[in-house]
Amino acid sequence: MNPLIPLLVAIPLAGAFLTMILGRFITGIPRYMALATLLVLTFISFWLLVEGGTASSVYTPGGWEPVDGVPIGIYLIHDGFSALVLCIISVIGLLSVTYSISYMARYTSENYFYSLFCLMIAGMNGVVLSGDIFNIFVFLEISAISSYALVAFGVEKNELEATLKYQVLGAVASFMVLFAIGFIYWSAKTLNIADIRTAFSEGGYGINYILIQILLLTGFGLKAAIIPFHAWLPDAHSSAPSPISAMLSGVLIKAVGIYVIIRLFFNMFEITEGMAILITTLGALSMAVGVLLAIGQWDLKRLLAYHSISQMGYVIMSAGIGMILMARGLRSEIAALAITGGIFHMLNHAAFKGLLFLNAGAIEYAAGTRDLRQMGGLAKSMPFTSSTSLVASLSISGIPPFNGFFSKLIIIVAAVMGRFYFLAALAAVVSIITLASFMKFQRYAFYNKEQGKIGKEIREVPVPMLLSMITLAAICLLLSLLVLPGIRETVLAPATEILMDQAKYSSQITGM
Amino acid sequence: MKGMTVIVKKTTQLIAGIIFLYGIYIILHGHLTPGGGFAGGVILAGSFILLILAFGSDFMHLLKEEKGSTIYENLAILAFLLLALTGLLAGGKIFFANWLPHGTPGELVSAGFMPLYNIFVGIEVAASILTIFLALVIFKEEILK
Amino acid sequence: MTVYRLCFILFLTGLYGVITRRNLIKIAISLSVMEFSCFLFLALIGYRDGGVAPIVDMADPVKPYVDPLPQAMVLTAIVIGLATTAMLMAVIIRIYRKYGTFDIREIKNLRG
Repeated sequence: MNPLIPLLVAIPLAGAFLTMILGRFITGIPRYMALATLLVLTFISFWLLVEGGTASSVYTPGGWEPVDGVPIGIYLIHDGFSALVLCIISVIGLLSVTYSISYMARYTSENYFYSLFCLMIAGMNGVVLSGDIFNIFVFLEISAISSYALVAFGVEKNELEATLKYQVLGAVASFMVLFAIGFIYWSAKTLNIADIRTAFSEGGYGINYILIQILLLTGFGLKAAIIPFHAWLPDAHSSAPSPISAMLSGVLIKAVGIYVIIRLFFNMFEITEGMAILITTLGALSMAVGVLLAIGQWDLKRLLAYHSISQMGYVIMSAGIGMILMARGLRSEIAALAITGGIFHMLNHAAFKGLLFLNAGAIEYAAGTRDLRQMGGLAKSMPFTSSTSLVASLSISGIPPFNGFFSKLIIIVAAVMGRFYFLAALAAVVSIITLASFMKFQRYAFYNKEQGKIGKEIREVPVPMLLSMITLAAICLLLSLLVLPGIRETVLAPATEILMDQAKYSSQITGM
Repeated sequence: MKGMTVIVKKTTQLIAGIIFLYGIYIILHGHLTPGGGFAGGVILAGSFILLILAFGSDFMHLLKEEKGSTIYENLAILAFLLLALTGLLAGGKIFFANWLPHGTPGELVSAGFMPLYNIFVGIEVAASILTIFLALVIFKEEILK
Repeated sequence: MTVYRLCFILFLTGLYGVITRRNLIKIAISLSVMEFSCFLFLALIGYRDGGVAPIVDMADPVKPYVDPLPQAMVLTAIVIGLATTAMLMAVIIRIYRKYGTFDIREIKNLRG
């Protein structure tokens, strides 16, 4: 019972509502309160990552101990996998808040912005920590509703249309999840993930079991924007203010979409080969289609949003390959390699996609346009933005020595070793198309001749924005150190272990 | 926003207070009977909304009321969090610990923290539903202008 | 068993409405239909024939109670549904002010 675990949810909640009250009376304080909240959260999440190590700890609010091995009450679980996601949530959140100090100066209602931001962080932390499926739904909705409001923060035509699409599809997804939770409670008579697993492992649920899996995959797939359900993502992520785009694309779709899919399908359901093949197909499909849709875009943020779909495809596909290998029950070391690659790519994507959206925001801030055809020659006037975006572009397209290269390499190696030659080739081809697409971005934005359409002098953006961009670029380089043996075992291996060892996850809750 | 006819106004005057008291009753007996913070809070907000609809209100007044209800909402939820945190500080380092004496089941003052949680949830729900209502009305008034 | 199937049919009816309707208000109503089919389903799961309200009577503690957990879930889900609907309505009012229409076919600035 580590008392720091509930604080990860309680502190951003308190920060959000204190911001609302104090922001009314003291102007200018909300930004510093949000900054302080996120600093504390970053400290706590890294402390838990370092101190926790391979051991996972369980916390029960209210102190409800299990009775005869049957868990009652709500469980908060902090293990290797959730520790990593918590760290990326707080780091990207902290850098986005730093960035917003200058960027949001042109918007009004500062206290609402930072309050909703903290609320979104609280929801995501809750989703990641929760070990109870209904609790996941509640926190999912907290983060979703605050992100609907944040997408619409500009209240112009485009923002409102984007948030409408996002809300309608998000609400459909939420109700599918709620219906699936109803089915689960009906079949298993419990809501705890570990206990549901014990109940389901006795078998005999037939069609209900498949229906639950399909409903949950559709619901969280809509939240994660894997390909047949991706319609809302490009609009929402391109219309939001840039720090929020970085949060949505860098963290939110992972914390409430990918993380929950991986957690539920590895730790709650028995892995079946059919479902594993379905997940792998969806991942490969979003990987390929996302990048093909991205290549024709001229709106910078929309291009980045489509790349998010494609990169999330890598994560889903590698998790799916791991699931197929585990379902066949052979070569578990290759399955572990594939899952490690997926988790590593998830961390890397948070860093470089966050950085790319912050760069896009910086360009929009300085030049006032998002259309690639109207930019040009920005490398001279914005040297820091240009160099950090070069780092991010090389990283997302998988050029060594940046982090994206290593995670893609691990995924492709795992696919080849698992004899999925087609998927490995597809991943390599998608990576090349990504490179082409980002060469287009670099060329049109920074190195082309000046188009002269902007019609004002372009200056480098203010210091807080530069600070967060440079920090993220450094993180992009530093994350590639995770591939080194020694560091990999302490950081990535516990996450893979908890996903592979299904009995361990349930035993730490039921105590059996 | 304009008010309604004198019949509506008079009836509202008579029943709004009773509705308000009923909401408080539901909140206070939340740990004993069905209902509790959320249901009682909705009834409380209902009495306020009834008054605003019947008597009408001008634009500036609505804005002022929305500000007030937002502050109540935030204070209530902060108080709720503070109550939960007292468990972390006092009773064996457990978040949401119910460390007050539990009393005899069935009495009004029993069940430790439950009535306190119910009261703050009631204020929170009443204030937030009122805020939602006022925000939507303010939107409509802005369109009419 | 039939009531559960009817709940699922109600859910699909709501989904059909969300997909086919063109008016924003009707889409919001269809979403509410989906939402309430979930609530109905959860409430029916907890129901037991001849069950009483789950308040423990000290004199006679062993009785056929209905399951209280789905009721708590429904209450929480209603709160969430309230927030979702309010947010959606606020956005629809804003859209009406900007575009001057509720027709979803005329709201298409973003594409590609």
